[in-house]
Amino acid sequence: MAVTVEQNLPGPGPDQERPIGFGRLKRKEDARFIRGQGRYLDDLRLPGMVYGQVLRSPYAHAKILSIDTTRALAHPGVAAVVTAKDLETLGLAWMPTISYDTQAVLAGDKVRFQGQEIAFVIAVDEYTANDAVAMIDVEYEPLPAVVNARKALDPGAPLIRDDKIGQRDNLASPTWEAGDKAATDRVFAEADSVAVRDIIYPRCHPAPMETCGMVADFNPNTGQLNIYNGNQAPHAHRTVYAQVAGLPEHYIRIMCQDIGGGFGGKVPVYPGYVCAIAGSIVAGVPVKWIEDRTGNLIADSFARDYIMHSEMCMKNGKITGLRVDCLADHGAFDSTAQPTKFPAGFFHIVCGSYDLQASHVKVKAVYTNKAPGGVAYRCSFRITEAVYLVERMVDALAIDANVDPVQLRMRSFIQPGQFPYETTTGWTYDSGDYAKTMQVALDIAGYDDLRREQQEKLAKGELMGIGVTFFTEGVGAGPRKHMDILGLAMNDGADLRVHPSGKAVVSLSAQTQGQGHETTFAQIVAEELGIPPENVEVRHGDTDKSPYGLGTYGSRSTPVSGGAVAVVTRKVRDKARLIAATMLETRPEDLAWEKGRWYVRGDISKGATVESIAEYAYSGRSMPAGLEGGLDAQVIYDPPNLTYPYGAYISVVDIDPDTGYVKVRRMIAVDDCGVRINPMVVDGQIHGGLAEGLGIALMEVITFDEEGNCLNSSFMDYLIPTSLECPDWELGETVTPCPHHPIGAKGVGESPNVGSVPCIANAVIDALWKKHGVRHMDIPCNPARVWAAMQGRPEPPQ
Amino acid sequence: MQVSINVNGEMYTREIEPRLLLVHFIRESIELHGTHWGCDTSNCGACVVLMDGKPIKSCTCLAAMAEGHEITTVEALEVDGVLDPIQQGFHEQHALHCGFCTPGMLMTTRALLNENPDPSELEIRTAISGAICRCTGYKNIVSAVRWAADYEATAK
Repeated sequence: MAVTVEQNLPGPGPDQERPIGFGRLKRKEDARFIRGQGRYLDDLRLPGMVYGQVLRSPYAHAKILSIDTTRALAHPGVAAVVTAKDLETLGLAWMPTISYDTQAVLAGDKVRFQGQEIAFVIAVDEYTANDAVAMIDVEYEPLPAVVNARKALDPGAPLIRDDKIGQRDNLASPTWEAGDKAATDRVFAEADSVAVRDIIYPRCHPAPMETCGMVADFNPNTGQLNIYNGNQAPHAHRTVYAQVAGLPEHYIRIMCQDIGGGFGGKVPVYPGYVCAIAGSIVAGVPVKWIEDRTGNLIADSFARDYIMHSEMCMKNGKITGLRVDCLADHGAFDSTAQPTKFPAGFFHIVCGSYDLQASHVKVKAVYTNKAPGGVAYRCSFRITEAVYLVERMVDALAIDANVDPVQLRMRSFIQPGQFPYETTTGWTYDSGDYAKTMQVALDIAGYDDLRREQQEKLAKGELMGIGVTFFTEGVGAGPRKHMDILGLAMNDGADLRVHPSGKAVVSLSAQTQGQGHETTFAQIVAEELGIPPENVEVRHGDTDKSPYGLGTYGSRSTPVSGGAVAVVTRKVRDKARLIAATMLETRPEDLAWEKGRWYVRGDISKGATVESIAEYAYSGRSMPAGLEGGLDAQVIYDPPNLTYPYGAYISVVDIDPDTGYVKVRRMIAVDDCGVRINPMVVDGQIHGGLAEGLGIALMEVITFDEEGNCLNSSFMDYLIPTSLECPDWELGETVTPCPHHPIGAKGVGESPNVGSVPCIANAVIDALWKKHGVRHMDIPCNPARVWAAMQGRPEPPQ
Repeated sequence: MQVSINVNGEMYTREIEPRLLLVHFIRESIELHGTHWGCDTSNCGACVVLMDGKPIKSCTCLAAMAEGHEITTVEALEVDGVLDPIQQGFHEQHALHCGFCTPGMLMTTRALLNENPDPSELEIRTAISGAICRCTGYKNIVSAVRWAADYEATAK
């Protein structure tokens, strides 16, 4: 037996009304995905297409003495082998990173991390390309590798970036500071209690199910370069390719099809992309490159890798100050994802949700012989590191001062009347009622009962832990007065066209990777214009057919593109009002709006629907004076501020005292992300982020041995949570609308990852410290590391 | 070498290299792109298809080994424009985001329901534990399987 889906499209269930606007609406995009008809990059076939594969370095640091491609070139089916020398003639041997550094596309002089790209083979099929990669003979002279960031600046440390003129050490970026040092020192001097911890947020990886890849199709006759590539910021990529390759920007077209997850890993431009483009320019045919999983894990998109010396103090039971000295490991090339003015991203949001008297933050970055990065893995530019730090430190202070971690937070929260609230490091939080949200989480958890249960279990020798966190994020980068990436304002465009029948197409610069934009952005138009969401088609992912904007990451789609779509729809609605006035032979100011219709004030029966206005706008009838025909509009939205979602998370863990295995029994997430466009999609985002956060807290880590060999180069070693590790997530919500966003919404996608990692870490330490005296251990809390911590020797993760 | 493989009830005869993996036979030789590839190590489950009704990872099976067996892919779930309840369940319960793991998850859970029409939460979680979903956190996948199980129980 089976069932049908109405019109092959998602429809309402038997008892459900399909909302015109916000509400639970099943997703439009499901129709193709549940049939196996998603169109991902590797599904693309173009006539004459050939396949590229990358040769990667086995060494973390080595001089390249020679590269001999003779055998590979002689292999049947091989069309070309591209090396750094070939790229030099095209001016493509090096490329700029998003942090104003340079990165080798293919290594010519030496390799600087294991997995670095050395050569690019182009062949008739994937198997042949892989065969030929193994036939390239490279002679290396191994050099000592720098793997530990703490040793990168030692005198005598091998110089990694000898390609950079004037670079004499491994400093990637000089010390960057925020806050007030003198005031912070004073607050610490007056404190009742100070907690000090060295906290590492180790290297981890977004590892979306679909790896990176590209099909580049250069037409030598027209000069047109068509790029098929699942990336999170197609317009910005086009600009970068124009700059790198010197191609006219209007001859470059990027088409993102369906993307199998991104999580920040598909923001940067990778060497494989440039190789595919160069390959297509050289070969004159389309070139496809699909990264293998090992390449993805060892060469692309690592995240975090922050070493944070942290101090937090309190007075009279309230948190008063925070001092952080942070060392960032950027790997061999600095391609950190961040707005240009912020070399440590938004790390200085580290004051969290608390009304501090003073704080001071320092961040310095070094080069190491590790893969370049780091990307914001489900994170708004280092906020994850910041929230991890502050929420670990609140618990550290609670342990050291022997107070309940919930009480300490409750006493220290920024109060509702203080918003908009300026933090001691310069952020202006927009809105919040933190204690209310915390209380919802405590009620769902049954916090007092859990504490009692914990006491009883402790008496029996059982290890149960309760973790609490409260986070505030700043998402939706961002206002052009404050931030840009590579000189590009972080604004988003939207283009709305209502056709004569009243059906509409809205084009976005945001780029979904699974977030459900085709549904939720149609709902914004529906809410604002009162036409059913199924009458709104959402277009994105093609730079020729969508307005300029900076893409989807940092939870910015709803805050920025969502704002753009609301504003463009209101613009259309305003135009509709002028037309309606002509249709109804009255003045625009005499009209009132109800969803989908302008009507004459005082006579609700006399009105014009959006559909009738659209028909009129394209008809031969006369338009209001000075108004063009048609019903459409275009905007670029510049958000006035970031949005500041927040949440209270509580986790319960049980630890096997014999093995150190941590089982997350419960995970409660209460999020306040302002107005929710589609609660089903919001909940889904939270579920997914919690799973990734659980992974980072318990198992996901990228480590290296002393020679720089990556020890987590496949899913055998880079462990991702399965259905068995994940508990049945328990969600709650409060709604505090964003005061400056057109529809009162805030971003949410990253909140669960940001909040859950410290929550689970706090729970593990909460389980261990009374019985085993563990006052801190670094993540991941895998059995071996938890066991070591129980034996009194917690180990750093790397 | 030449192989003849029954995929979704149709025989496909192709000249292949002996080392060709079944996932590549499905995706490249006969161009059914619903079956995906996500890792090189048999961990992720994006490539799960049914072989004689049992879920297998098609990246860990040579195409040549599939001869004489019946392979079923996601493309066969919908029959004459009518969705399989498991497909409908994934849609109803928002059990997919990016959709990349979805075909493997659908085939895995279809096989589960064929074997066990009334699975418990733990049985569902155990059945899908060989497949990774990076987006959903699994909760809604569990709900989707229950939705389909309940639907099929009612329809009988």
